[in-house]
Amino acid sequence: MKIIIIGNGISGITAARFIRKLSDHSITVISSETDHFFSRTALMYIYMGHMRYEDTKPYEDWFWEKNRIELKRARVESVGFEQKTLTLDNGESLPYDKLIIATGSASNKFGWPGQDLERVYGMYTFQDLEAMEKYSDGLKRAVIVGGGLIGIEMAEMFHSRHIPTTILVREESYWNNILPAEESQMVSRHIKEHGIDLRLSEELKEIHDDGNGHANAVTLKSGEKIDCGFVGLTAGVHPNVGFLKNGALKIERGIVVNEHLETNIPDVYAIGDCAQINEPVEGRRAIEAVWYTGKMMGETVAYNVCDKKVKYNPGIWFNSAKFMDIEYMVYGDVPAKKADYMNTIYWEHSDGRKSIRINFHKESGEVLGFNLMGIRYRHEVCEKWIADKTHVENVLQHLGLANFDPEFYKQYDKELVKVYNKQTGKKLELKTKRGLNKVLAFLKK
Amino acid sequence: MNIINKIGLGIFVAALALFTLSLGLDSYQLKNEHLPGKSTSHQEAIKVAAEESGIIGKEYTNNIAYIADLKKAFKQAQKTQEENAKNGIPDGVNEWDFRMSDGDVKSYVFSAVKASSNGLIANNKLLFFFLTIGLGALGGLIYILPTFLKIPGIKNDHIYHSSMQRGLTVNVRGFFLAATILGLLVYGFYYTGGQLLWPVITLIIIGLIMYLVLGRKNEKSHEPTKSASPNITGWIGVITGVYLIVFYIILYWAPAYMTSWINMVDPLSHAMSGNDASQWFLYGTLYTIVIIVMGIRMIAKYRHNKYQILRTISVMFFQTVFAFTLPEILIRLNKPYYDFKNIWPLNYSFFFDYNIKDMLANGSFGIFLLVWGIALALVAVPVFVYFFGKRWYCSWVCGCGGLAETMGDPYRQLSDKSLRAWKYERYIINGVLVFAVVMTLLVLYTYFTGQGRVFGFLDSYSVRTWYGFLIGSGFAGIVGTGFYPLMGNRTWCRFGCPLAAYLGIVQRFKSKFRITTNGSQCISCGNCSTHCEMGIDVRWYAQRGQDIVRSSCVGCGVCSAVCPRGVLRLENGDSDISERASETRAIHISEDEVKLLY
Repeated sequence: MKIIIIGNGISGITAARFIRKLSDHSITVISSETDHFFSRTALMYIYMGHMRYEDTKPYEDWFWEKNRIELKRARVESVGFEQKTLTLDNGESLPYDKLIIATGSASNKFGWPGQDLERVYGMYTFQDLEAMEKYSDGLKRAVIVGGGLIGIEMAEMFHSRHIPTTILVREESYWNNILPAEESQMVSRHIKEHGIDLRLSEELKEIHDDGNGHANAVTLKSGEKIDCGFVGLTAGVHPNVGFLKNGALKIERGIVVNEHLETNIPDVYAIGDCAQINEPVEGRRAIEAVWYTGKMMGETVAYNVCDKKVKYNPGIWFNSAKFMDIEYMVYGDVPAKKADYMNTIYWEHSDGRKSIRINFHKESGEVLGFNLMGIRYRHEVCEKWIADKTHVENVLQHLGLANFDPEFYKQYDKELVKVYNKQTGKKLELKTKRGLNKVLAFLKK
Repeated sequence: MNIINKIGLGIFVAALALFTLSLGLDSYQLKNEHLPGKSTSHQEAIKVAAEESGIIGKEYTNNIAYIADLKKAFKQAQKTQEENAKNGIPDGVNEWDFRMSDGDVKSYVFSAVKASSNGLIANNKLLFFFLTIGLGALGGLIYILPTFLKIPGIKNDHIYHSSMQRGLTVNVRGFFLAATILGLLVYGFYYTGGQLLWPVITLIIIGLIMYLVLGRKNEKSHEPTKSASPNITGWIGVITGVYLIVFYIILYWAPAYMTSWINMVDPLSHAMSGNDASQWFLYGTLYTIVIIVMGIRMIAKYRHNKYQILRTISVMFFQTVFAFTLPEILIRLNKPYYDFKNIWPLNYSFFFDYNIKDMLANGSFGIFLLVWGIALALVAVPVFVYFFGKRWYCSWVCGCGGLAETMGDPYRQLSDKSLRAWKYERYIINGVLVFAVVMTLLVLYTYFTGQGRVFGFLDSYSVRTWYGFLIGSGFAGIVGTGFYPLMGNRTWCRFGCPLAAYLGIVQRFKSKFRITTNGSQCISCGNCSTHCEMGIDVRWYAQRGQDIVRSSCVGCGVCSAVCPRGVLRLENGDSDISERASETRAIHISEDEVKLLY
């Protein structure tokens, strides 16, 4: 059987690897971006000089031939679903038996005047990185539109080269539609602490043309004009499915798939950022443009393609990021504005760069979610607590089990217990300190 | 770079330039009292030869010409003794107090040059010590200072944009490797007095290892492409590497050319042991100062990370106190020179007959030293590795490790992460361990039986000479440190150190130490692998949620520090270790639905 995967990102590549583990089918991965799989999340480190492009490849180049995964560098122009054939930009047409679409995302553009000028880029593809590199020489200022995860990465990148940077954030605090207020303010402070010009409650009105088709300034909603040699568009992403629209494939915002990641056309699957789950499990969104879900979908689709029906189940939500120097981890349900049934305990370090938040159910006391800034907690432990609906007091007394900070780091779990005691008038004590053997025994329970 | 960086760098470069130039700034005048000789017959022969050659009293301002003349004269003395020996060695005189070995000639040239130094440096030793080594350290510290003012966090910006830290292309690296190996073998031929045997055996073993790595079926398709190879070679790094290599060549095999430097540390040596400085004292002084200055840099760079800070303070302490100060105090007390933390087989001369005799001649203290040394190797290594992994030694105590973790930190990213490099690593480092063990057994055989030859052909003296030359000096020194900017800071520890191999075997098969990964949080970015000085492809394990148990891991903790998603943690705990470190973990789909893969 001939399987073709469009896209060599984490979803497509995970699918290819697992299909190979499960079967002897012929596998071809097509990408127009790069010859080999690289870690998209590491693009910023190439620009900052922490790594080279080669270092961001999770597998050596011989890996693909050894595992009989054929890589093709081309752009897919169109898909003939009836004939089961792809047409490539080089005119070649490729037949397939099963097709997996893993084309990822594209940066959002909201119809701003000048948004298609040169020197205006998102930060998503390898080509975006090349453009940033190209225009960084002699750059006097960059303006970044949008304050999500990619916006702050882009700011950190320019900042590493001492290029003055302005970030325009629509909200009154950085990423406060995702982060609770305290954490959001912490990151906002941290951005400013680095000397980055963070403009809150501010939006882009238009991008100006220097007369040669290059951006040279922006005007804000407030009327202010800022001269700049680069405009970064980081106001989110959307499924990269333009080339498939207006065909037989059912597309809403993304390619609509069922729980087995099958589209409306037989033998065609969609995974990763470009897929839209038609009935997401409770508490999850239909499109989750996240590395981790892409990886899980890749693994799931491999089973389904190999005729072993497995439902896509992303499990308990988790994510992580790094806001310049502050690491961020989230497990479970930690919304920006806590729901009515939720209670929260929050502790923040006096240095303003570390915090722990635990959400739990007001009535039942079951733990719902963890939010960590500058502190590391164990994924498996937090997940188990949430899955087992563990009572928050039980969690607090054994908080040491979750601690994943390096050895000799000060443990702040006690501080959180204090916060809880203060809020409730109880006298809980931390019973379990960190230690791997205790953790593993707990996980086996 | 801000203004403080620039000032610091300027001072450092000026001090380094003066330090280098100072090798040519002294003048020399040989007087009778400078003439060396360990026995009266040597002294007489040298005196005659020196007088005949007319070098006594002659003023030299150029040490190259001076050393050439001295060598000629002393070789003449050697020849004379050789001819006299034909007529029979006088009664009651030891053969080697009469005959003059090549080693004797070399050390006589060295001590004559040092003693007869009489110029700018020799007459202003302390001043030049402060102008060169002192100012160099000061410049380094000033350069480091601004790092303390930055917001704490990972500071790896622009290392791959830096000509100093970028590394070499595969071709240039290959050139340096081949040139170094060939150079060592050719010089080794002369060093062992024209014996072909050892260079040839070494060449055969190198060929065998290359065959084992490259000759396998399918190996062609394992062509490494992401080895430590940038598109453009960083030439400042190459120049730094060449400088270090030349330094080590002079240090090991031509110390007579660096007497100006050794003279500079005479006052310090007098204050510590009461003796004149040797090249080893100079080396120890530089080594310690470098570890302290670059240790402060490491602390500044990782001041948010307590593990890194404690570890760095530890290596600074062990170098300053155990490796540098204590041995000098022992000498002052007329006890044998002893570095309490140096463990066989890294300390390969521990079981050499002169060392054992020296210890046995020192009463109960000497016996203590002997027992201590044996206990370190046979008890401390397995026990501590069992509880903490090899890191307790390699990145907390060891001197080589201490230098690698401080001076070498800017180059940690240059270690080759390819699968092929790992294959080379396993053959070479375990090969050196076997070599060290066999050499030591032969030496002990000779010690106990008095027989120099084993099985009629293996000469334990020439085996130990070759080990000292090839492994002790060539691998550990020239490649070990000279290759920091060329192949990373742990080239010796990863490919060559027999103690690391021994610690590694224990770590791999019987230790609580491992690096755990945090569930599914890995984003495969590659920071961990890139900054692993031992060339472990950490990401390979992390991205599949697999715990990491590798013999080479020295537990520096940098993978955990640079991980932007908090995925890695160094831990001591052995529950479920074989299960969690195995490849059979699937963590992305609930395990009841599908069978485990991997």
